[in-house]
Amino acid sequence: MAQEFTPKVVTANALIEGDVVYLTAADTWARDLAQAEVLTDEADAQYRLLQAQARVDEIVGAYLADVRPGLNGPEPTHFREDFRRKGPSNLFHGKQADSLNHA
Amino acid sequence: MYQYNDFDTAFIAERNRQFRAQVERRIAGNLTEDEFRPLRLMNGLYLQLHAYMLRVAIPYGSLDPAKLRQLAYLAERWDKGYGHFTTRTNIQYNWPQLRDVPDMLDALAEVGMHAIQTSGNTIRNVTSDHFAGAAADEIEDPRPVAELVRQWSTDHPEFQFLPRKFKIAVIASDSDRAVMKSHDIGLKIVERDGARGFEVWVGGGMGRTPMVAKLLRDFLPRADLLPYLEAVLATYNRIGRRDNKYKARIKITVHENGLDEIRALVEEEFPRRRAAFSGVDQAWLARINAAFVTPTLSERDAAPYYAARDADPVFRAWADTNVTAHKHADHGIVTISLKAHGETPGDASADQMRLVADLAERYGHNDIRASHAQNLVLPHVALADIPAVHAALKSLGLATGNIGLASDIIACPGMDYCALATARSIPVAQGIATRLEELKIEHEVGHLQIKISGCINACGHHHVGHIGILGLDRAGVENYQITLGGDPSETTAIGTRTGPGFAYDEIVPAIERVIFAYLDLREGPEETFLEAYNRLGMAPFKSALYDQEARAHAAE
Ligand code: HEM
Ligand code: SF4
Repeated sequence: MAQEFTPKVVTANALIEGDVVYLTAADTWARDLAQAEVLTDEADAQYRLLQAQARVDEIVGAYLADVRPGLNGPEPTHFREDFRRKGPSNLFHGKQADSLNHA
Repeated sequence: MYQYNDFDTAFIAERNRQFRAQVERRIAGNLTEDEFRPLRLMNGLYLQLHAYMLRVAIPYGSLDPAKLRQLAYLAERWDKGYGHFTTRTNIQYNWPQLRDVPDMLDALAEVGMHAIQTSGNTIRNVTSDHFAGAAADEIEDPRPVAELVRQWSTDHPEFQFLPRKFKIAVIASDSDRAVMKSHDIGLKIVERDGARGFEVWVGGGMGRTPMVAKLLRDFLPRADLLPYLEAVLATYNRIGRRDNKYKARIKITVHENGLDEIRALVEEEFPRRRAAFSGVDQAWLARINAAFVTPTLSERDAAPYYAARDADPVFRAWADTNVTAHKHADHGIVTISLKAHGETPGDASADQMRLVADLAERYGHNDIRASHAQNLVLPHVALADIPAVHAALKSLGLATGNIGLASDIIACPGMDYCALATARSIPVAQGIATRLEELKIEHEVGHLQIKISGCINACGHHHVGHIGILGLDRAGVENYQITLGGDPSETTAIGTRTGPGFAYDEIVPAIERVIFAYLDLREGPEETFLEAYNRLGMAPFKSALYDQEARAHAAE
């Protein structure tokens, strides 16, 4: 039996800063997972990924990450994505510290 | 300390110029990531979870004040004010931006440093004994040989695309402080019939298939070193497996072909290589030797040191763990712990780096080492000056007295930074150290080495930890496997798994149970954890880990 498709977002690292970014419905790169476009259809997700991967002078290493719907937009289902959206847990650096600057 | 000559300087400048142009072309969109990635990796630039990471080589861990101050400058100017010293005696910057990296490399070149061959399937940074030149038990300073190997291996055209990364360590004493036998090649300088030469060990490594190196040659004459290394590398380059990344390290080549076969192939290749060497390498070595003169240490009255020990119990406790005997009796080797309880193992702030540089200048003959245990070392300090050094270290949180104790933990960056990680390692180290500090037991526990890796690559040396911890992803949650009985010293051994792993919030209590089991079981304070484990075997520790847990669950 075909597995049900889990919702996805397109994520990558920004070319210059290396920071984690997410593809929005408006085709921009957001620093905040909450603003990401949630893809619920498999074919659509693959298509958006290909489009993202073509943007070589903006990002590096685009891939699809699993999410689940939450109160404030998509939430990561795996702890790795949870770290990616916040930053390291040993120091208050990365997104958790400078999300204000990028908002 | 070895200083770059004109050739070295021009070479680095040219490489940096090329990389600057490559970065510009990447940013302009003229290079794809597939084209750029190998170029950036050749220059030590990785992309990690949250940012780029620049890995800078500290050859055989040796630094001087100018170099360390420049590392501090990089941390402050282009990173977040700190750097991470690694078990491979490199320093990693976790937050550089791509466009700044060429400037960082130029700044490094000003002090004779670079990030070349800190990645890729090349010969990596050569490591050595962090007490080199000071240790009472060495037969000579191993660093000139390490420097010779560095010069020979840097940009060696034949060895830029090996089947896999290649790591070489050099030591010169019976005690192994460099985990020599976990390297692809380990060299031990030895003496036979009045002549110096090398024991050559091959095929050590960590990763998913840990192996202890085997003795390839029990005495290699000194002048044969480079041609012999070439013969080993050429053999590996030819028959090492390129079809499977997990079987590509020389440890697997040795394992699959057998030591005798490898030896035969190396000996067959050797005469050709030997004939190609004009002897110029021995001329290099003479020049290098001249750069490594041990400082002339004046006779100093050590009375102030003993007076401070008597007067100040904090100083005495710190000196007991962090000061090691020097070959010159009125001097000591001072290890500066980068393992303050609850902090990230191996991290140092720019201010801390500058303080260590100042102390090296004032009291330490301008010599500083980074150790594979992620600490810094001042190898030559007069005992009389050590109280002043300790007082200065206290001012910036660098006076933790825990070298060799349970909180002197090696931990890789793990899931907090590393893109390959399957679990975090830093918070586990922080949790264990904090708990030990609460319990105030680590001095009673004594010598105990805990090592933590955040995935099977084993960058945190967990296989050779007395207690090793490996973080894994089990069905989407962090899970930690424990190994016991590993040994990073000259009696190198790989630890044995205890059984099922522990969840993130169970791992610190589990380690605590192992430590208390040891305290209950040991014959006395003079029996170390490793000795007790070797005497008793796994059973009682396993019982402490799992039976108590089972009881606790039953009681719930
Ligand atoms: C954060 C970026 C890092 C990446 C991507 C990385 C990657 C790897 C990989 C893939 C291996 C396995 C190689 C193999 O078995 O063929 C490895 C091994 C190793 N790495 Fe790292 N590493 C990183 C950081 C570090 C750090 C911070 C240290 C020091 C604390 C370190 C020290 C080592 C050591 C000692 C080994 C074992 C070498 C051996 O198998 O002989 N690495 N690393
Ligand atoms: S052991 Fe794994 S998690 Fe740790 S630094 Fe190495 S590759 Fe990353």
